[in-house]
Amino acid sequence: MDLVLVHLFPDLLNLYGDRGNLVALRERARRRGIHVVVKEVRLEDDLPDDGDLYLLGGGEDRQQALVARALQQHAGTLRAAVAGGAVVLAVCGGYQLLGHGYRAADGHQLPGLGLLDVTTQHPGHRARRLVGNVVASCTLPGVGSLVGFENHGGRTRLGPGVQPLARVRVGFGNNGEDGTEGAWCGTVFGTYLHGPVLPKNPRLADHLLTLALRRRHGDVRLQPLDDRWEEAAHTAAAARAGLRLRR
Amino acid sequence: MSALRLAGAVAAAKAVAGATRVLRLGGGTVLPGRVARWLFPRVLEELTGALDPVVVVSGTNGKTTTARLVARALEVAGLRTVSNRAGANLQAGLVASVALASDLRGRPRAQAAVFEVDEATLPAVLPVLRPRVLVLTNLFRDQLDRYAEVERVAERWRGALASLEPTAVVCYNADDPQVADVARLAPARLPFGIEDASAGRDALEEAADVRFCYRCGVAYRYSVVFLSHAGHYACPACGWSRPAPSVRAESVRLVGTSGSEVLLRWDGEGFVVRSGLPGLYNVYNLVAAAAACRALGLPADVWRRAAESVRPAFGRGERLTWDGVELRILLVKNPAGFNEVLRLVVRERPRSLLLAINDRTADGRDVSWLWDVEFERLQGLEAHVTVSGLRAEDMALRLKYAGWPEERTTVERDLARGLRRARDRTPAGGVLFCLPTYTAMLELRRVLSRWGVVAPFWED
Repeated sequence: MDLVLVHLFPDLLNLYGDRGNLVALRERARRRGIHVVVKEVRLEDDLPDDGDLYLLGGGEDRQQALVARALQQHAGTLRAAVAGGAVVLAVCGGYQLLGHGYRAADGHQLPGLGLLDVTTQHPGHRARRLVGNVVASCTLPGVGSLVGFENHGGRTRLGPGVQPLARVRVGFGNNGEDGTEGAWCGTVFGTYLHGPVLPKNPRLADHLLTLALRRRHGDVRLQPLDDRWEEAAHTAAAARAGLRLRR
Repeated sequence: MSALRLAGAVAAAKAVAGATRVLRLGGGTVLPGRVARWLFPRVLEELTGALDPVVVVSGTNGKTTTARLVARALEVAGLRTVSNRAGANLQAGLVASVALASDLRGRPRAQAAVFEVDEATLPAVLPVLRPRVLVLTNLFRDQLDRYAEVERVAERWRGALASLEPTAVVCYNADDPQVADVARLAPARLPFGIEDASAGRDALEEAADVRFCYRCGVAYRYSVVFLSHAGHYACPACGWSRPAPSVRAESVRLVGTSGSEVLLRWDGEGFVVRSGLPGLYNVYNLVAAAAACRALGLPADVWRRAAESVRPAFGRGERLTWDGVELRILLVKNPAGFNEVLRLVVRERPRSLLLAINDRTADGRDVSWLWDVEFERLQGLEAHVTVSGLRAEDMALRLKYAGWPEERTTVERDLARGLRRARDRTPAGGVLFCLPTYTAMLELRRVLSRWGVVAPFWED
């Protein structure tokens, strides 16, 4: 079995250890004997259309603006890939660009891809950033709690076309008001959690891997791994956020 | 009136410092300053008004060691110098350092001052301290939960430079494109850097954060990279490139974690210095201090004597003997610094390491940055790694995904116990490399001082 991972703009969107998500997916696939091909896409490159899973990280405002323009050129390819069952995981700045658009602190408007029915606005530099540890309950079956760290100025609102990825127990989530964190629809996932999100949330990592493998390999069921260290880090992170979890 | 308030604030600072020592509440490097500022908000301005020269050092990495070198040089030149040595680099720490070095009427028992200042605090204190020399070391990704973005810090620095006196000199790292760009706004400039390309590499690391020209958004081309994004760069679009440094390291020879030998070029003259400060990042500190000395009009020989006599600050390559092993303590604060420390340590083929990761405010509450550190470098070592600190489990997981075997990893969240277990894994007479984050380093210091291995922090 093989899996094609496409890492978009690793040189621009790599703000919060985002590489860790790629490492987690790659290693968890390899431990199950799956052959993994990683394709990195930079600004001047074409977007591969054969990806099983596309990863987008977060970046600073300037980098995000550069990426927003480039993404518009890849919009057709990415939409076709998603229509064909490919998985997308986008974190923080990348998540904002998966939505309809992002209005920056200075009022400047960045176009989004419209792959998720969400809209993001930055309320201005005087508004407080949403920063801190997060613990949330994932809405995906079998995933349970999610832990991570968020750090964003933008406030994201969900439309009727998506479900929240999780309900916040500790932290701010999408906007600090409605208790939602992240969004998903079909095989497209967005989240504000870094940490990075996948190593410490192995069940979410495996959920994405399973979806990505099913695109070409039928009804795949992943064999369980020894996740004691992953679970220990998960529980410890929740405890640092002030929550004692029973897993 | 203000003389009275000043005296009151100084007396209060001294009383608080005395009390914290008696009660063993820790270093007493910050609280006295908080109290003094609360009593008299203008205390810093009043206390430092008569000091000359005042030197301020800021940047992500290298503040403590560079400030220490400059302070030492001023002492060698015969000036009594006050500085905030313990790394207490927010406003309260600055106030505490001067207040405790002043008499009860608020007159400092020193002529000169060298302050290391937190990069986000710099804009607030520059108009107050009015330094003759400002040293800008570098801007790396660090504590994003506090500073939000590297770009934002650079923007605030641009604004802050406007408050400098027209005679002030900004010594800046020409190899860091973002710092060099900020320095363009300085009244007078003195660039420093490393020339010796053989000390660098030709590829950027994962952690490099600024690789795009500030003006045109095009990726810089590097002919050599020394540390993260510091190197020899040029923008292919607008043609802006690394300013030629006036004070520069022409050749660099690193001697593991023991020190370095640097040939420094200063006004056409060459000087060789052998220092006990390890690693390429310390070469930057040496050159930064040399630039500051030149800006102060000190002779090169004063700088050399300072560089050769300065011992590493606590946690910056310090060596201690404890219970049959040698401890080498190397502070790790951010990906750029951690990568460089790993590079140094791996070369020594270590048998035992202690990685102590905390996530308190001063460390950065977000530990995501551990995934930007290249722990894959450890592969192939015959070593045991003990992980400790409030985020020990995160560190252990990072090691697992870097391919480090679980059976050669010990997880012990409590630092005192972690240290003992790491020692048990160190061969007799061998070296235990301790890599703590900032507050883990302070904790390590407390533990070692409790055990009588080192003096308490405030005697440093």
